[in-house]
Amino acid sequence: MFFNEEFETLPRPALEALQLKRLQNVLELVCANVPFYKASFAKAGITPADVKCLDDLQRLPFTTKQNMRDSYPYDLFAAPLEEIVRIHASSGTTGKPTVVGYTRKDIETWTELMARSFVAAGAHKGDIIHNAYGYGLFTGGLGAHYGAERLGASVIPISGGNTKRQIMIMQDFGSTVLTCTPSYSLFMAEEAKAEGVDFRNLKLRVGIFGAEPWSEAMRDEIEQKLNLSAIDIYGLSEIMGPGVAIECAEAKKGLHIWEDHFIPEIIDPVSGQRLPEGERGELVVTTITKQGIPLIRYRTRDITSLTYEPCVCGRTHARIARMSGRSDDMLIIRGVNVFPSQIEAILVGIEGIEPHYMLIVDRQGTLDTLTVQVEVSEQLFSDEIKVLQALARRVEKEIKDMLGVTCTAKLVEPKTIQRSEGKAQRVTDNRKL
Amino acid sequence: MKVEQISIFIENKSGRLAEITRILGDAGINIRALSLADTTDFGILRLIVNDAAKARDVLKQKGFTVNMTEVVAVEVPDTPGGLSSILQVLDKQQINVEYMYAFVERCAGNAVIIFRFDETDKAITVLKSENFNILEGERLYSM
Repeated sequence: MFFNEEFETLPRPALEALQLKRLQNVLELVCANVPFYKASFAKAGITPADVKCLDDLQRLPFTTKQNMRDSYPYDLFAAPLEEIVRIHASSGTTGKPTVVGYTRKDIETWTELMARSFVAAGAHKGDIIHNAYGYGLFTGGLGAHYGAERLGASVIPISGGNTKRQIMIMQDFGSTVLTCTPSYSLFMAEEAKAEGVDFRNLKLRVGIFGAEPWSEAMRDEIEQKLNLSAIDIYGLSEIMGPGVAIECAEAKKGLHIWEDHFIPEIIDPVSGQRLPEGERGELVVTTITKQGIPLIRYRTRDITSLTYEPCVCGRTHARIARMSGRSDDMLIIRGVNVFPSQIEAILVGIEGIEPHYMLIVDRQGTLDTLTVQVEVSEQLFSDEIKVLQALARRVEKEIKDMLGVTCTAKLVEPKTIQRSEGKAQRVTDNRKL
Repeated sequence: MKVEQISIFIENKSGRLAEITRILGDAGINIRALSLADTTDFGILRLIVNDAAKARDVLKQKGFTVNMTEVVAVEVPDTPGGLSSILQVLDKQQINVEYMYAFVERCAGNAVIIFRFDETDKAITVLKSENFNILEGERLYSM
């Protein structure tokens, strides 16, 4: 089943010809409208006219998250603000988020790609889509919502949280498709069980899970506990949002990346050199149809591999493997992106805290937990319990306010946290994904 | 009029208290009075010792977080109503007690109450005007 059969099954030569034409167009666009690209291309000694084949893409410089931060909020936009109809943002590493803008056409493209993704996952018109991705600045909720409407399904825009109500609605409304983070799906199944509701008796048929890394073992567990077909979806706000790539229900082996809109590459994260098909490295994506904020060779920092092998589903678009990690220190905690440097910035902002801290990430049951250990220095120490407890609560609140992630702050004795000579070890991730 | 108290941050882990008392014992420091406040994660050990500066130094050397606080030691007869008579005066003057602990003197048989006030100087003035016996630090250290 396809949403847009012509484009989803376009023979490779035609697909690549389309990619080249679109790539050349987008290069012209950013060179004309985005001073950052004009300067970076000039520095690399390349002009859009020099890109004569897809391989020439390798000659272009990368775009990084740092470039986006430096361009906060709008400097990478290629369209004037009057043309921007939507703005989303993801958490940044220094308190300022990474901002993306969409033109009306960008929203249409995103909507279509999300609709394609729903169909690839096995959803169809007539489905009742229970959309538990968060609505707001985060792209998950609205991205899935628009795609589901385009598909002609009935969307329940429930957003995240209030698990009891989620379960009641799924039961009473007869939801057939669930979209949320994989860990939240398991959490809901456990909560339901505690309420005496067996998820296996619900009408759910398909689950589309993303926004955090998960594993085949977790897929087995979800499929068994929720009695549905669990599909992996990939996306990031910088590139578009959810629906950049999705597994097909037929194979469930790699995520098709919609190549008529994105050109994927895999690079060695250290050397920056492109790696051959099948090798594991960092995913780099070029958006070739975006107008609001087109990105050229954006370094996603996600580690995966790429294959062009034909797929049983008939889609001709390349597949990326399940994400296996990051080439930076970003943590994904309950779907929220967290950089240790963000937490450090918050701690340093609290009077008297020295940057001796440790982040402990764990998975209790099905939900990620974050514990922030802070060493109690003499400046922080008080002979009164209430002062120390207030300090711990303040750390928790500031992290929640700034990053949107709930954590437990734990005060520890000095020198509890290991000092290392080189790069400080700030994170212990005990999750077994 | 004020007494030096040392406070030590300790995590709720087994052996921490033993470690601290061992360090103090090895340094020849005698503990006069103590109190331990605890939460699920951590505790604060408060001590009055015969040599506060030395105790602080040896504990800091061993990596503990230590600070010094001024507290007030008040002597009352070890009889029913002794503590109450002090607290009523403090209440009338709206002086808050952050925390307190007590012990009984060996020789005189009086009770000594250690107070941590939010307004230490005001508390001393009030207690003195009501003729309570406030102990000098030196007397307590050498008790």
